[in-house]
Amino acid sequence: MTAEVHKHYLSGGWSLHSWLLTTDHKRICWLYLVSITGFFFLGGIAALLIRLELMTPPGDFLTAEGYNETFSLHGIVMVWFFLIPSIPATLGNFLMPMMVGARDLAFPRLNLLSWYIYTLGGIFTIVMVIGGGVDTGWTFYTPYSSLFSSSAVIAAVAGVFIVGFSSILTGINFIVTTHTMRAPGMHWLRLPLFVWANYATSLILVLATPVLSVTLLLIAAERLLGIGIFDPSLGGDPLLFQHLFWFYSHPAVYIMILPAMGVVSELITCFSKNRIFGYKGMVLAIMAISLFGFVVWGHHMFTSGQSLYAGILFSFFSFLVAVPSAVKTLNWTATLYRGRITFTAPMIYGLSFLGLFAIGGLTGIFLAALALDVHLHDTYFITAHFHYIMVGGAVTAYLGGLHFWWPKMTGRLYSELWSKIAALALFIGFNLTFFPQFLLGYSGMPRRYHEYPEAFQLLHVMSSLGSVVLAIGYLLPLVYFTWSLFRGAPAGANPWQAEGLEWRTASPPPKHNFVSIPRVTEGPYAYR
Amino acid sequence: MSTSSVVDADIGLELIPTQASAYASQVDNLYFVLLALSGLLILVLVGLIVGFGFRYSSKRSGERGKAVPEKLGQRIEIGFALILAVSFLGLFVWAGWLYLNLYGETESDFTINVIGKQWMWKAQHPDGTREINTLHIPVDQTVKLRLTSQDVIHSFSLPALRLKRDAVPGMYTEAHFRATEPGEYRLFCAEYCGTEHARMRGKLVVLSQADYQGWLGRQGKGPSPEVAGQDLFRSYGCSGCHQGDASVRAPTLDGVFGRTRPLASGEMIEADEAYLRNSILQPQKHVVAGYEPVMPSYKGQISEDEIFQIIAYIKSLPAGAWKQSTGAGQ
Repeated sequence: MTAEVHKHYLSGGWSLHSWLLTTDHKRICWLYLVSITGFFFLGGIAALLIRLELMTPPGDFLTAEGYNETFSLHGIVMVWFFLIPSIPATLGNFLMPMMVGARDLAFPRLNLLSWYIYTLGGIFTIVMVIGGGVDTGWTFYTPYSSLFSSSAVIAAVAGVFIVGFSSILTGINFIVTTHTMRAPGMHWLRLPLFVWANYATSLILVLATPVLSVTLLLIAAERLLGIGIFDPSLGGDPLLFQHLFWFYSHPAVYIMILPAMGVVSELITCFSKNRIFGYKGMVLAIMAISLFGFVVWGHHMFTSGQSLYAGILFSFFSFLVAVPSAVKTLNWTATLYRGRITFTAPMIYGLSFLGLFAIGGLTGIFLAALALDVHLHDTYFITAHFHYIMVGGAVTAYLGGLHFWWPKMTGRLYSELWSKIAALALFIGFNLTFFPQFLLGYSGMPRRYHEYPEAFQLLHVMSSLGSVVLAIGYLLPLVYFTWSLFRGAPAGANPWQAEGLEWRTASPPPKHNFVSIPRVTEGPYAYR
Repeated sequence: MSTSSVVDADIGLELIPTQASAYASQVDNLYFVLLALSGLLILVLVGLIVGFGFRYSSKRSGERGKAVPEKLGQRIEIGFALILAVSFLGLFVWAGWLYLNLYGETESDFTINVIGKQWMWKAQHPDGTREINTLHIPVDQTVKLRLTSQDVIHSFSLPALRLKRDAVPGMYTEAHFRATEPGEYRLFCAEYCGTEHARMRGKLVVLSQADYQGWLGRQGKGPSPEVAGQDLFRSYGCSGCHQGDASVRAPTLDGVFGRTRPLASGEMIEADEAYLRNSILQPQKHVVAGYEPVMPSYKGQISEDEIFQIIAYIKSLPAGAWKQSTGAGQ
């Protein structure tokens, strides 16, 4: 190896000051990585406590309150402090400017502010949730949350409200960057799908998050001032809360899965050394998903007492939103055709995503079907379905992306063998944990039960044992990534022979990404 | 914290719960079709990934041939999307039709009022019999459930009937079923409702018609809801304004049920159960034309059970009932 000619973004020093006041999007990516990993393992510990309790039918390991607080903590942390920011705030932060050929995001200081809001707001919320014993679940359904739950609901809700601003700021930053900072020659239809996916995600963040903020404010107003909004005894409507909540939280599912789809498009093209099958179709599908994602919220409310005809309309749109996702799955699979496929760790994650996302998507069809949803609503079938999308889909893609761009971010390689073992452990452990939950659901087992009839024990034990394998799949990367930071072999600029502007600069990249701004002359994925 | 023991139906693990109604088997048919379709799609997907993985492994050298031309690729995409959309349309219609059958208006043989409260289910039979956390039902009768909640949202879940309906405070929700298989089945609260949510469960007991009548006969029966409602109507002071000569200040209520009422706001509203309930708890919401909004709210003073009984009483009154028997209830 030749000696490094350019100073890279990490050689600027390791002082606290150089990290906490940085405006470099690549360093901010690391700040996010640290916070997000912390939140992820906290949420993971809560998940393990849940699975431990459910090993036996009676409530013996945790009290009823303890269990309810644990699943609330798990949901609140995983949804708001891990899944929603995960890919955009880490990989997106690092890659959006590099992929469009820019030196930073449009608003670097806003980017740092986003991280502060997110991290401080997150810690505040978690302290309130744990200290105040919040037991409402991550959905905060009224009137339980507003009138009955004797806990620090208002404080926790205030925390989520604050963190919402971090989402909005990141969204604005990505939108402006994509519009205004593309390198010469980088037209819209030359953007990598990862950029498109994060762009669409940002639109949702900016449009949907304010609705959540307003909803949370309304809860606070009702609880603190006694204004009747959701409470029927004050003339309010409890279903109104569900409408407002899901108007944000359903699009939020697409906030979680769209960036994952973007990552997988990069992985599968690179490791089959093929152009993406149907680039324009993929872009259309991304935009269609983000649009239709806004008109399906009522499918969370088929049993709730909303108008039957509203239910029918929401069912129709829910079927419709599955079509672009299915086309994407077809295109990823077709991208393998006549390629040169290598089964690296990122590729194993990418292919795992395909399988798990397909199962998650297909079971979504079961739930879009009105009468079936009535039977399956609020059972473990739902739990299994959304974990297939959010964990099987989003988390698998997040880890795949981390493995793919790690050499770029750090300039170092990690253990090939151990990373493949971790990827397989995730795939196997995930299926062992969540597949039995589909069966539990159809047989009638409700969600959020701390104790249950004995007949369900066998499937619960299988699920709990699977979660141990899954946990290994999450812990291993922590070990070999840490090892790689200090001992990993140098990666070189492009260890995967990948296309894309980020691979045309050194690893780790120089402080301003490119020595000279690249000129783009062809579309993405020019592998053949 | 309650320490009452929960009574579960004695059923083992059933991946497909016993079909206790014809509707249940119709829902299962939809499930089986979807399972078959999904299974097929997953097999094709995994087959393609594994097949391509071997065939186009980078370890195999040799030419790969041309990529799929863009035109052909687009046709494949559009064709696939269309096939999916059409089959989705079929599934959508099928599932929607079943949904309307479950929740939509229908003729029923009788109605059971169900009230959810933290953390128990209370049911009222038409003859006044009440039970908690267990619901006895005769076979081959169309039963309408009318649900509400006294506190937070609950959800009345009967997996053997593939039926679930939320019990929402402040409103009445409905569902109906016709059980065909006598037996004991599970009953759950499916909507998270606080600390003891997991213990808010019990059983559904489907009896033959004769056994059901026998069971009703053995219950320590209170007065029928109509009679109980009549007493409440008096003791809460409703009769003071709504009955007899006093009905100058307030509309008379005999025969009101099911009629369309003109409101002071100019709107028209049908006097159904939800309207009567609202008029007791939020009397200012729908004031009948020609009357002053003077009625006090009974919110916090009257329970959901009692409201059901008063409604039953009002429903039982034919038009002009009070005129014929002047002094009734005085």
